[in-house]
Amino acid sequence: MQGLSPRATRGLAYATPTAVLVTVFFLLPLLLVAQMSLSDWPLLAGDRGLNTPENYTDATDSTLFWPAVRFTLLYTVIVTVVLLGLALLLALLVQESRPAAGFFRTVYFLPGALGLASASLLFWGLYSPTTGPLSSVLERLGLVDDPVSFLGTPTSALLSTVFLVVWKFAGFYMLILLVGLQRIPHELYEAARMDGASRAQIFRRITLPLLRPSIALTLLLCVTGSLLAFDQFFILTKGGPDNSTVTVVQLIYREAFQRLNLGTAAALSIIVLAVLLLLNALQFRGLRRADES
Amino acid sequence: MGSTTGPPGRRRRRVTAAVALLAAASLFTACGSGDDGSDGGGGGGAKDAKGTDDGATLTMWTRAATRPQSEALVKAYNASHENKVELTVVPTDDYQAKVGAAAGSKDLPDLFASDVVFVPNYTSSGLFADLTERIDALPFADDLAQSHIKAGTYEDKKYVVPHTLDLSVLFYNKDLYRKAKLDPEKPPASLAEWDAQARAVDKLGGGVDGTFFGGNCGGCGVFTWWPSIWAAGDEVLNEEGTAATLDSATAKQVYAAYRGWVRDDIVAPGARDETGTTWTGVFPKGKVGVMPMPSTTLGLMPKDLDLGVAPIPGPDGGKSTFVGGDAIGISATSKSADQAWNFLAWSLDDKAQIDVVAAHKDVVARTDLASNKHSEADPRLVTINQLVADGRTPYALKFGQTFNDPNGPWLTLMRDAVFGDGSKVDKDNEAVSASLAD
Repeated sequence: MQGLSPRATRGLAYATPTAVLVTVFFLLPLLLVAQMSLSDWPLLAGDRGLNTPENYTDATDSTLFWPAVRFTLLYTVIVTVVLLGLALLLALLVQESRPAAGFFRTVYFLPGALGLASASLLFWGLYSPTTGPLSSVLERLGLVDDPVSFLGTPTSALLSTVFLVVWKFAGFYMLILLVGLQRIPHELYEAARMDGASRAQIFRRITLPLLRPSIALTLLLCVTGSLLAFDQFFILTKGGPDNSTVTVVQLIYREAFQRLNLGTAAALSIIVLAVLLLLNALQFRGLRRADES
Repeated sequence: MGSTTGPPGRRRRRVTAAVALLAAASLFTACGSGDDGSDGGGGGGAKDAKGTDDGATLTMWTRAATRPQSEALVKAYNASHENKVELTVVPTDDYQAKVGAAAGSKDLPDLFASDVVFVPNYTSSGLFADLTERIDALPFADDLAQSHIKAGTYEDKKYVVPHTLDLSVLFYNKDLYRKAKLDPEKPPASLAEWDAQARAVDKLGGGVDGTFFGGNCGGCGVFTWWPSIWAAGDEVLNEEGTAATLDSATAKQVYAAYRGWVRDDIVAPGARDETGTTWTGVFPKGKVGVMPMPSTTLGLMPKDLDLGVAPIPGPDGGKSTFVGGDAIGISATSKSADQAWNFLAWSLDDKAQIDVVAAHKDVVARTDLASNKHSEADPRLVTINQLVADGRTPYALKFGQTFNDPNGPWLTLMRDAVFGDGSKVDKDNEAVSASLAD
């Protein structure tokens, strides 16, 4: 450590554990995936020679690749719009410290405490026309005549999955937005009311602009999470019916564990990583610009 | 040497970059040298037909679909041997993924059972140890279920033995047959009779349905539809397992029967969505007339359910079955091959096969034991045991990715043929062949 000031040495000592963790658990696996994406990667013994660009061309040549990309984007748009809108509505509803506000904040957040795989299994059971109660309840209420096939058509499978995801995450995103809402000074609202501003004007001119950083963070998490969607579709639909709900991450899983093509799976992973990096960079840029303005 | 004279900040950055490069290079080298393969622990060692029983602890995986049979064998072995087998049951749908991941990290258990149709893929990938000499040394080697032995033979070496045999057979509800004025002792002998009897039971109404099948489950399709094609003397794959003939006239006749049941609502609700997770749970409720089922579920049926068993027929007669179930081998990376073989050899001997497997109403893994005290007491078991000779176990290296993968081409063919555009079957069959030859 010769030549370093005591302050710099102390800083290095603080940073080293994190640097080691990041290197071991993030950088090294990432490098390994990058190497896999360029090579043949048999399960046990065998030649691990270069297999580039075949791994990448095989990944994009799959008949499922472009439909999966289109479906993942469609799912991301729907989930992001619905989730963001609902989370904002819930946050506004429990913003004030009214009686029972705490109770409702807890109720809205509770699904967020459940693991996504567990929640998916729960909904799979509810949706099942063979063993689930939802369909028979609707029949008994006279709302439907025949058992409902919640996951039986491409549209119903997509919407049923979106419903699960919104139920699971709306409360979590509500919490982020609630923190943002509570950071807005009350004086601003009072001054606006004194000036005779309507509720809509206050929302548009004060709440939305000052909530922008929280909305941007929610958007970032929501878009990234949706582009990486896997558990819910793997458990609820397995990509069906008729391959209509195959996501990009499901393709990675399929290449790696169904077809045992680890090199192609790694190539797909690198493509997804690159897209996510680009998207996040754009979102951060937008966020910074918003902050500066 | 000019590069060392830069300002301190730049120098530090360069040192950091050099360290990162070195780290990356060493990583690549380390990864590149890691392909020494297995040390072959599994195949070597003593070739004693009984293996070694010295108190070793063995790890074993099996899939949930055949859990009761594996558990019964392990329990009986642990109670009578020094060695102890620790059994892990893996969800059926996750089994391939778990084996693939474990193989990649050389973390396979000592013993692992596999759906017999995946075995060719595993043997060709080097996941199992060579058991040729050990199997040949068994006094009953020629009596082992040859469909499983054949599936586990790769380049003239034998890698697996049969573990549990699971045959597809028709189960029919005799109570519902009586109510529908059908003869409960006359199950369908052709697909046409199956159709007529299912429709007759379906007419009872009140929540009773004619039949059921897993309409969103590729594995269920091969297990229960293909026997109807084989029963007519037709093939579904070429001998090498690299091309499909699932667009034959017989195959289309079979699809037409299922399509008719869907069209006329003869099928219990949920068939279209059934991914295979709950398809065997419908018949035991007593509301379905006749449907193909795995023979391993016979021992699990409710005691008060009066059911009959019959072979799966072809369109105009004949009979066949899919000889499925699990084959088991010693993993190529096991360090306890002699002990693991002790379990396998014991599991195939007379006592285990009769007192454990047959007593559980399951199909024995040896043809010389097909007739035993348990099967003779239950005529349904006789029907099932006799079917082994008429059954098939298809062989294809790419079986899993073609037929069991929920996003694979066979499920597309199945669903087009029964729920969708039936005219796409020829084109879908080409996609199946392309996947097999991939």
